[in-house]
Amino acid sequence: MNTLKRFAGILWIIAGPLAIYYLAQTALKEIAKKPVIDTKIQWAVFVIVFIPIAIGIMIFGYYALRGEYDHLPESSTEMTD
Amino acid sequence: MNQPTNEVQSIRRIIAASSVGTLIEWYDFYIFGSLATVIASQFFPKTNPTAALLSTLATFAAGFIVRPFGALVFGRLGDLIGRKYTFLLTLIIMGSSTFAIGLVPGYETIGFAAPIIVLLLRLLQGLALGGEYGGAATYVAEHAPPRRRGFFTSWIQTTATLGLFLSLGIILITRHSLDIDRTKSIAKFNDWGWRIPFLVSILLVIVSVYIRLKMKESPLYARLKTEGKTSTNPLKESFTHRSNLKMVLLALFGATMGQGVVWYTGQFYAQSFIENVCKIDFEQSRTILIWAILFATPFFVLFGKLSDTAGRKWIMMIGMLLAIVTYRPLFGKLLSISDPSSKIEIPQQKQINTTIKPIANSQNSVRIVDTKYFFEGGMVITEAKSDTVYSDQARTTLKPDVKLSKVLGDDDYWLMVGIVFIMIIYVTMVYGPIAAFLVEMFPTKIRYTSMSLPYHIGNGIFGGLTPFIAVLLTTIYTSDKLVGLFYPIIVAGICLLIGVLYLRNKIDPDVND
Repeated sequence: MNTLKRFAGILWIIAGPLAIYYLAQTALKEIAKKPVIDTKIQWAVFVIVFIPIAIGIMIFGYYALRGEYDHLPESSTEMTD
Repeated sequence: MNQPTNEVQSIRRIIAASSVGTLIEWYDFYIFGSLATVIASQFFPKTNPTAALLSTLATFAAGFIVRPFGALVFGRLGDLIGRKYTFLLTLIIMGSSTFAIGLVPGYETIGFAAPIIVLLLRLLQGLALGGEYGGAATYVAEHAPPRRRGFFTSWIQTTATLGLFLSLGIILITRHSLDIDRTKSIAKFNDWGWRIPFLVSILLVIVSVYIRLKMKESPLYARLKTEGKTSTNPLKESFTHRSNLKMVLLALFGATMGQGVVWYTGQFYAQSFIENVCKIDFEQSRTILIWAILFATPFFVLFGKLSDTAGRKWIMMIGMLLAIVTYRPLFGKLLSISDPSSKIEIPQQKQINTTIKPIANSQNSVRIVDTKYFFEGGMVITEAKSDTVYSDQARTTLKPDVKLSKVLGDDDYWLMVGIVFIMIIYVTMVYGPIAAFLVEMFPTKIRYTSMSLPYHIGNGIFGGLTPFIAVLLTTIYTSDKLVGLFYPIIVAGICLLIGVLYLRNKIDPDVND
């Protein structure tokens, strides 16, 4: 199970840039199709909000790949850096 | 014998006090959304581009972007000064902003100041909501015995749905109570009556503040404070310490993002789909949701209670799986119920009513043709076609404006209630146990901050954007009316995969750490 968790980490790392690429491409296409203020704001909000989340899933994938989720902490004493 | 009885009474008081406040906050937040069209006509006239811009900002910014910021601001405060005063503060901010929205003069009276004030008040609402939920859930969980944490916190979980229920109910009642004549009552509501649901909020908030003032600080937090073990920098500890950040990310991607899309698809998007795609009339599209919420709400408590024995993880995962598998057939069924082609028309009952209204300062007129079609089983479809009748008879309107509104017969109506009920059952599965689940993931000293952010990104951003993204998808891929469902299905699918792989099903016996 832990091996699977670690390998899936690669998937989450790749998912981040893919999501950013798809989002940016769709945003540009839709704004070009209908360049009114509503469209620009809508897509700007989507891009601004979802890019940090996409970075978040890459960090999640990195942690998974490093085996950080092989064992989840049982108490806060285990949650020290 | 007396001690357990006192404990039960005490925890009941705590749940009641916390839940009533949270319920009011959700009510306050949802009345703005439920009255978006009326508010837009009062404050954000479409003819003025700047006002329209502010309208878009009010819708997007407050509902989705500001909520996670509220989670950070008030979460930090809750971990620094305590749960009790923080969620008292969020309640006061939410209540006064809502009340103030009800008092703001319209665009026609004070011009641009109106949309700007409303936007600022809406931002305050979003901030307050971002801080409220984490506080209430943490407060109740920190009072609850370990074996009943899921059950006790599930009462907090009913409040979001009940807040929506209350907002829809009060709006419908107000809409019909302003005049004996129904049409006049609706006109009065659109003119000034919409302010009543906002103003009513202050009474609810005063009662709730009074109750909350009598509450004591969470015992776990109070002990930490006495021992001097509270966090000095909750934001830093929550999001820069790897050991905690990895749990925040796991909570977001393995639980809250899936929960958010299931929550909003089963309630908001379902209602919007019934009204705008199935073309069911204003009242029925709302009462269908009201009935479904009423029947499904006890299941929040049921699944919360079940999670105390079966664990939190699998109940949430099964809820997501059921949603992923059944959303398309369920929404497809909603479409087919409202499709008149499968029904037999009663042509003898067909009614046509034509009215012609002259256009001021013009020789032309507007012609409105209302046609009512009756079907076996009780469905009535009203088609309102309006076009311009030109004095120059050679000219005709190229594309008349056609509005459809369907009223369902009893059997179809209750079938729709049943379908929405099933979707809200999924909501209760993913949402009922999640407060206990989040509380158990993080240590007491940074719990408020740590659990609030993934919750509000999952629920506010992933969930809150569901209706917008789903509608957007239908405008990009126009051939499939159900294409909007791919957004919640994909998000819930990723969340399910991460949740199944990485989450554990263990119930934390001790959150006192």
